[in-house]
This record gives sequence, C-alpha cells and structure tokens, in this order.
Amino acid sequence: MADPDGQVIVGLEVHCQLDTKSKLFCGCSTDYRSDGPNTHVCPICLGLPGAMPALNKRAIEYAMKVAKALNCEILNESEFSRKNYFYPDLDKAYQITQYDKPLAEGGYLEIESDEGGERKIRLTRIHVEEDPGRLVHMGNVERGKYSLVDYNRAGIPLIEIVSEPDMRSPKEARKFLNKLRATLEYLNVFDSEKEGSIRVDANISIKGSERVEVKNITSYKGVEKALTFEVTRQKNLIRRGQKIERETRHYLEARGVTQAGRSKEQEHDYRYFPEPDLRPLRVRSWLDGIVLPELPDARRERFMAEYGCSLNHARTLTGELKLANFFEKVVASDKRGLSPLAATWIADTLKGELNYRDMSLDLVEPAAMTGLVLLLKAETITDKSGVEVLRVMLDQRLKNEPAETPDAIVKRLNLAKTPGDTGAITKAIDEAITENPKALDDYRAGRSGALNFLVGQVMKKTRGKADPAELNRLLTGELKKREA
Amino acid sequence: MVTENDVQHIADLADVGIGDAEPGMFTHQFNAILEYFDILDRVEGSGEVTRDLYNILREDEIEPSLSQEEVLKNAPATEDGFIKAPRVM
Ligand SMILES: [Zn+2]
Repeated sequence: MADPDGQVIVGLEVHCQLDTKSKLFCGCSTDYRSDGPNTHVCPICLGLPGAMPALNKRAIEYAMKVAKALNCEILNESEFSRKNYFYPDLDKAYQITQYDKPLAEGGYLEIESDEGGERKIRLTRIHVEEDPGRLVHMGNVERGKYSLVDYNRAGIPLIEIVSEPDMRSPKEARKFLNKLRATLEYLNVFDSEKEGSIRVDANISIKGSERVEVKNITSYKGVEKALTFEVTRQKNLIRRGQKIERETRHYLEARGVTQAGRSKEQEHDYRYFPEPDLRPLRVRSWLDGIVLPELPDARRERFMAEYGCSLNHARTLTGELKLANFFEKVVASDKRGLSPLAATWIADTLKGELNYRDMSLDLVEPAAMTGLVLLLKAETITDKSGVEVLRVMLDQRLKNEPAETPDAIVKRLNLAKTPGDTGAITKAIDEAITENPKALDDYRAGRSGALNFLVGQVMKKTRGKADPAELNRLLTGELKKREA
Repeated sequence: MVTENDVQHIADLADVGIGDAEPGMFTHQFNAILEYFDILDRVEGSGEVTRDLYNILREDEIEPSLSQEEVLKNAPATEDGFIKAPRVM
C-alpha cells in the first residue's frame, strides 16, 4: 500500500550551457543575444546534407573541469551517439549526444540537508550534448496554429548532469541546483545569467509509488515550485486511493503547475546509434593538467576561518561567486575589523534589498558598501538609518541617477546621531518616566517588563531615530538615578 | 527486416500521414535497400577498418555563419526571420 506520508524521492537531470565562444560542432558564435533569429546558423548546425561536425575542444575541457570538481570518474573511452526523434526544433531529426559511453560517471555534490549539516548527493553521470533550436508557439499551445523556429541555439554545447535519486524534498532539489550553479560559476565555465543557461528535468516519487518525470523546468525557483506541486498532487492521489501513473509531465512556469505530457517516444524509439561522423574520445589523461580553482566548500571554510563568518553567513556569501567576491572587496581594507558587520549587512540586508528590487549585484560599488559599513561601525548612524541609506544607494543606481556616497546621503537626510539627538533621547526618557509612574514603580519592584515598556515609549517619541543600544544605556542610567 | 508495422509506427512518431497503400510500398522499398547491405556483408576481406583515431578536435574559434537570407532559402514558409513550422504537440 502506498503511504501518502511516505518519503519523497527526487533525482535531477540538469542541462547546463557551457560558456564557449563557438558552438559544439561548428564555428557559429554562441552569443546571439542581440541578433535576430536564424543569424547564427551554418550548414553544420542546420543539418544540411553532407555537413560534417567538428568537435569543440574547449567544450570537452570545460566538461572535464566540471567532472573533476564533482569527483567523477572520466571514462577511458567515450563517444557520441545520435538520438533520433522528430520535432521542429531538431533540424537534423537527431540530436548528437552521448548514450552508453558518456564522458564521466559517478561523483557527488554536497548540499546542506533539510536537517542541517552536509549531505552527499551522488551523481550518475555527466555527458556532453548539443542543444536543439528554439520554438516560439504562436498563440495558445492547444489552439495555436503554428510554431516559429529559430536555430540560433541549435548546437550550443551543454552538459547533462544526472543525479541519483538522493534528494528528499523539493527544497533539497533547489539547494542541489544552487550548489551546482555556484560550482559551475567558480569553475568559470558557465554564465547563469544567460537566458536558457539551465534546464532541469526532475524525477519524483513518493516511496512505494511509481515515479513521474517533470520536464521543462527553466529556472532555479521553478524546481522547488514544480516539485512542491507534484508532491501535493501525488499525495492527494494516494490519499484518494488512486494509483500514480508512471508518466512524463510538463511544468508550466507561468501557472506553477505540471500537466500530463504527450511524449509518445519510448527509449527504444530514439534508435540511438554511434555518431559515425565523430571519433571517440580518450581524454582521461587530461585530468592531470586540470587545475581547479577554490570551490564553494573550500571558500566557505576559509570565510569562517579568515573572516570569522558564521556558518550561515559563510554559506550565503560563498553560495554565489559574485557575492563572495563582493564581500572580499568590501572588507579588503580591514578584514577583521569590518567582516562581522559586513557579513550581516551583505548576506542579510543587501541580498534582501537586491532580491526585492530584482536588481543585479553588478550595480553596487563595493567601495560604497565599505563606506556604509564604516558609518555603522563608527556608530555614526543607527541600523535603521543604515537600511535607509542602503535603499537610497540602490534606488539611485537602479534609476541611473548620480550616485551619492553614503556620507553624502547621511548628511543630506540628516541621519547622523548628533549630540542633539542624545539630548532628544534624554528628553524623551524624562517624559516617558514622568508620564508613567507605574512603570517606574514596577521597575523598582524588579518587574522585567517595565524596562521594555519604557523603551517602547521612548522609541515612539523619537520615531525610531534613537539607537537601541544607546537608548538602553541612557534609560537604565536614568532609572538607576531615580531608584536611589 | 522492416515490417508494415514498423513503417506505420515511425510515421506516427514523425506525424507523417501515409495513405492506405503506402505502408506496403515503403516496406518493400526499405527491405530492398537493406538487401544491398546483405551483399556488402558478404564482401571478401576482414571488413575491419583500422581507425586508430581519437580526440579529433578543433579550437574554440568563431567562424562566419550564413546570412539569415541564405538560412531561410530552403524553408517552405517563414515569418519575421523565423522558419514557420506546423503546430506540434
Ligand atoms: Zn553552425
């Protein structure tokens, strides 16, 4: 009997674009972003009769770098195969991919498990293949009358990384994907900001039931959403006593749902056979020449040791190459002195504000962030004002307005804690105590809520401009005086 | 040997409609081609081709592509630089 509360089991097939200059089997440029459809196409990637593929060396080098970083074994001999199917995005009516002799097998990637701590997700294999073209469905998929085909993507080099069914929740699947992205970025073989740079097929089942393949997930967030939808759908079916069909479903990003697909091919319908126009690869010996850079796990450990970051901050900061580089630039002038504040302000505050604006970190100057951290460290401004300054900084960059320094913003908005402010706080404290004699009595009687109550009253009077630490110090001092 | 069922199945996968008489005709033609391969199999000699060739690779260098106009020349229908294809599932 299937148990609706049974263990969720997830395995992923991740297709990642390798960031080469030219396509996998021809010299067409992969940078088609600013060009029209069908402008980066030649007889080879258009599959014209007689055209012969010529394998891109850098694509193989990049794939091997990934294989080494993910602890895979390079097969002594690998080769390309033709996968035959009919679809308008596939001009040759076959895709050149790898089948029974992939480039690499085994390996693993460590992720943070849902219970905390690290967990190894085993990998099955990594193989190299070409991307098909791009289809634009005109109108509704159901009712649209035709599709438009652009072959600029046809022949773009991909690696497909296949995991074992080792993930136990949609959240772990997302963590796997994020970690994989970080690793590929660190290796400098992948540009996650390119459109179509990642595509995921996921296998998901509830223990004891058939598995379902969800295809066509094209974003990092999409993986968690699509799988969460599937878990609910499958559990509901089991609860109603129905059987889960083994099937292929498609993820509809815009609606956040999966829909039964109409994939009619069975494995044997692809009629795989060795690609006769390409010779096999024997590249295992290249491994020795591949020098890996510092990878996310190592950098996370270093951030904890060198900068004293907490595990969580180190994880967040090193989880994205750009964020990690940014942090190191911000604190470069005074590693130990600036790191504790900078880690919080970058990993928590800045990241949140950027997400909120859907804004790229590229737009933020590390020097400006250093300026802000220095103001906070010197206690020139409160945390609350710090957030305000940061927001102004980001909005100016986003709107392409002249960027003010944090100092200038503090001056213009009069955010600095001045001696006058202390006066205002003292005045507010005095008023709060006088207006609430009962709170003073409570405090004298040792009731702990009294102090918090008075802090709240003073905050209200100063409209949050008082620094909480300073307020606590001044208020406690004042109460002690009156106690005597 | 190719059977009429094979022909019908491939036609279904490819979304190609074939008439009532055509499976028989195509089956006959496919098998005639395959018979030629039987002849090749009977050719004297080891049949082994020495191809001790591995790692045939090119450098990652960009070469000119075709113009959009040339690319679209063979397409039966186009729209705004795209090739127009029938609706697919
Ligand atoms: Zn090409």
